[in-house]
This record gives sequence, structure tokens and C-alpha cells, in this order.
Amino acid sequence: MSVDADIVRRIGHLARIKLKEENLQGLAGELNTILGFVEQLDEVDVSGVEPMTSVIPSTLRVRKDEVTDGGYSDKITSNAPISEDGFFMVPKVVE
Amino acid sequence: MSLVDTRTPDPKKFIKGATGDWEMVIGLEIHAQVTSESKLFSGSSTEFGQPPNSNVSFVDAAMPGMLPTINEECVRQAVRTGLGLKAKINNRSIFDRKNYFYPDLPQGYQISQFKDPIVGEGVVKLDMGKDGEVEIGIERLHLEQDAGKSIHDLHPNMSLIDLNRSGVALMEIVSKPDIRSSEEARSFIAKIRTILRYLGTCDGNMEQGSLRADINVSVRAPGGEFGTRCEIKNVNSMRFAVAAIEYEARRQIDILEDGGTIDQETRLFDSKSGKTRSMRSKEEAHDYRYFPDPDLLPLEFDDEFVAELAKNLPELPDEKHDRFVNDYKITPYDASVLISSRINADFFENVAKGRDGKLAANWVINEFFGRLAKEDLSVANSPINAQQLGSIIDLISGGDISGKIAKDLFEIVWVEGGEPAKIVEERGMKQVSDTGAIEKIIEEIIAANPEQVAKVKEKPQLAGWFVGQVMKASQGKANPQAVNKILKEKLGL
Repeated sequence: MSVDADIVRRIGHLARIKLKEENLQGLAGELNTILGFVEQLDEVDVSGVEPMTSVIPSTLRVRKDEVTDGGYSDKITSNAPISEDGFFMVPKVVE
Repeated sequence: MSLVDTRTPDPKKFIKGATGDWEMVIGLEIHAQVTSESKLFSGSSTEFGQPPNSNVSFVDAAMPGMLPTINEECVRQAVRTGLGLKAKINNRSIFDRKNYFYPDLPQGYQISQFKDPIVGEGVVKLDMGKDGEVEIGIERLHLEQDAGKSIHDLHPNMSLIDLNRSGVALMEIVSKPDIRSSEEARSFIAKIRTILRYLGTCDGNMEQGSLRADINVSVRAPGGEFGTRCEIKNVNSMRFAVAAIEYEARRQIDILEDGGTIDQETRLFDSKSGKTRSMRSKEEAHDYRYFPDPDLLPLEFDDEFVAELAKNLPELPDEKHDRFVNDYKITPYDASVLISSRINADFFENVAKGRDGKLAANWVINEFFGRLAKEDLSVANSPINAQQLGSIIDLISGGDISGKIAKDLFEIVWVEGGEPAKIVEERGMKQVSDTGAIEKIIEEIIAANPEQVAKVKEKPQLAGWFVGQVMKASQGKANPQAVNKILKEKLGL
């Protein structure tokens, strides 16, 4: 797959990253290089091989249904640029 | 998913258009909040109505380096629900990241299940009254995280974000596109809610947002190819669901009949105007870029785990319905009213046990539920308990009081409380079955009304007038069967 300026603009928008129009072409080139490395993996025949989900043989760890965390809204919002009455405050977003 | 039409077009459900008949095709996605103490992947509380951001851990706030650990109870709840939906349980399922950007989603993605959900295909039966039983297919059920809450109306130019709900476990239950009317959709949501409440896996509280539906609506020529659908997001009441579907189907028909085409899009229902409006245009349509969450291994369990949960499942609404019809000899309709909630069904059973099932159903549904609805009460805060209503029914069955007096007695017990049998005794409400006393009343009435006696010889149906007089004279306490019998003898009918 080949990435062009339009695709870069689109994924930038989906991630809400502000991209300068003059940088799109350069970013497309960089992304294509990365994808090129990844595409080399396609040369390996993996038919019949189970996808590996972990590098060590282990199973999903589970937790008991108990309340063991939370109750510190001051810490949660302490890095927020703006907060009020325990809420995060963000520029108005209405759909 | 491949779309298969399982239904036979029913002309009763068609919508009249200018160019001919149309048929709705509806599929639902129900988001049900899992009943659990703590969140799906963190140890913070799920309690509703807490101060903003107080039920939030660093995991829920997506602080760097935080890792999810799954709550085993949420897994059990999803499996229980799958069993309740008669669905296939997948012993191995995978969590994926669904990526999108929104202020109330701090991770930048929702942990969900995409290709390999925990529950597969199932089926739900709907009782559509005189239209009979309808089966609606379940496509899948998967576990996912809820997002936080944005509040837009508390500040003039800022939105407020509360992450208390962020990370709470949801079950998304997806139906097949088997629904053909707004009424079936309403019934489907109600049935799912009843099943969830029976299982105790979701409280089903739509006002608090514990249960909400995304509704996919399309229209087509009856029995024809499926049309292009629109998705109405986040409908949080059954009444709104019906209104949104009716509006949306009509909107699409109008466009198609004018020669237009339907854009596949996400729409919002505005309950004030009763209309749906476009929420996102196609160009902005989300591309969720799903991929397996590298922080979580596949969720795996064995058949024994499922069997153990199946063994401890409560009796489900459909099973209870059939048992009520068989054991208590009540009509399927009455049974469906009685099983609508577990607490109502239990109340009925406590009243009906060892008594005439039909009489008990009659009293529970008409008098008791009727009275509760009138006073906006529920079984939980009823002034009458099952034992009291049961003894009223015993007094009727035993011939101590008539049905009419029983209603007065019900009123007294409702308002004043007390033991029904004692009230009947103390207030002299007992039915007079003593033939001597009834005979005496009848003789007096016959003696006082010679003209009526003459008339009734010509027209025997006038005997009813005498019954009325006797009941009046006895203040409603005379046993009606005894009155009829003695009247016939005395009047020579």
C-alpha cells in the first residue's frame, strides 16, 4: 500500500493532529518507507501458523470484582490545563 | 455479517407510500451496562451519581504506563447473558482497540471486541399478542468499555468532562436485521431488558443510561432487497425508539419516492421535535482502525466454567411463562403480564400457591397491578403483601365473601392494612349463606311487591330485579347462588 498526501491528511484528522499542508508530502514519504519495511514481512509464508498473542506462554490475568481504586479526583485532574469542581474543562464540543 | 431474510413479509406491517407499499427492516444494537462493583479493566467503583471524576483510577484516565486487568465477574455476567439469549458461548475471544478521538475517551480508543466476540449467535422470542410469536436472531454479544460523559450545558463556551463512567463494562447485544416494525423493536428492547433483569446482569435502567439502543433502519419494497440503512444513535427510552423508527422510515420513503437515494449515515433522534437529524456526514465517518489490543491476551475459559454458570442460572422469562400456563392453568396472555418482572412473578406465585391459579391471576393483574399503577407504586412498596391478598382469595373461594364484597375488603386492607379474615369477622362482611335468613328476606320482598311477582311469572328474566332487591336488603352479603336457588323456588320459576 502506498500513502499519499490525502491519506496523511485524513489520518492526521482522525487523530486530531494539526498538520501543515507543506509537510504532508514529506510525511507521506516517511510513512511509505516504514510501510516498506513492514511489507518485507509479507515475503514470509505464514499459512497455517497461529497468530502469536504473547512472547511467553501465559494466560490473561484476571481481577476479582472489588473496588480497590479511585477516589482521588484531585490527582486525576491535577495535570489538566483547566479544571473546575472536579471536572475537566475542554473547548466546547457539540455534535 | 451476511444478511439473511428470515421473515415472511406481513401486509399488516406495510407502510403505505405514494408509489406503493414499503416494508421496514430494523436491526438493534443494545448497550447494556454490566452489573458489577468495579470497572471492566480497573478497580474503581461503578456506582452511579458520584462526584465528578471520583470513580476514576489512573487506568480509567489513561495515564501513561497504566495497564488493564480484566474483571472476572464481568466475564461471568457476559457468559450468563449469552446463556440467557440461548447463544453460542465462545471459549476464546479477543479484545481489540476501536480508535477514535473524543474528549471523554482519554485512551483515544475503546477496548472492545471486534472479530472474535465472547458470545455468538442466539435467539430471542417475542410474544406479539394476536400476531403470535416472533423469533429475532441475535448476531453476537461482546464486552467493551463505556466512555466518560461530556456535559455541554453547564458552561457558556467550555464542555465539562466527567470520567466516572469511563471504563465501566458494557455488553453490546447486536440483533440480526429481523425486526419489521417499531412495535417489534419496542418489544425486543423490553424482552432483552426483562432477560437481563432476570439474570441480574444489567439493571436495565434506561433513565440512568444503563440500557440504550442504536437503531438501524432501512426500508424496501416488501420482501425485496435490503435498502441502505441509517443508524440512529443512543436512544434511551422505548417510546423514543418507536417515534424515531416511525419518523426515520417515513423520511426514507419520502426521499426514495422523490427519486432520491439514502446516504448511509449516523443520525440523532431529537425527542423534543420527534425528528432524526444527521450527526456525521460521510466525509467525517469514523474509521475505527480496529486492531488486537497488545495489552491484553485472548480471553479463554473452559466448558466447565460455562457449565457451572449455566447450572446456577435463574429460571428465565420464557420458561417461567410456560410453567405458569401449565401449573396454574392461566392464559398465555396473563402469564406474559405476570412474568414481566421477577418481583411481579414472585408475588403472583406467593398468592397463587395452593390456590385457584386463574382467580389468583385475575386478582393480581386486575385489582392489584391495576391499583399499583393507579397510585404509581410498585410491588416493592405496595401496602398489601402476597399473604394478605392470598387470604382475600381464600375468603372468596371458601364462600365467606362474594366477589363484590371482596373488592370492598381489598380497599380496606389497602388503606388500613390488617388481617383480611379478621376484618371480615369484625365488620360483619361475611356472606349470608344461611338459607333461613335469606328465605326470610325473600319472603318479605315478595310480599311487598305483588305486581313484580305477577310480571315475573310472564317474563322469568325479570328475576334479576328480585336478586338486586335481596342483595340490597342484605347489604351485598347474601350468597348469590343461595339467593338464586331460593328465589326460583319461591317464585315458582
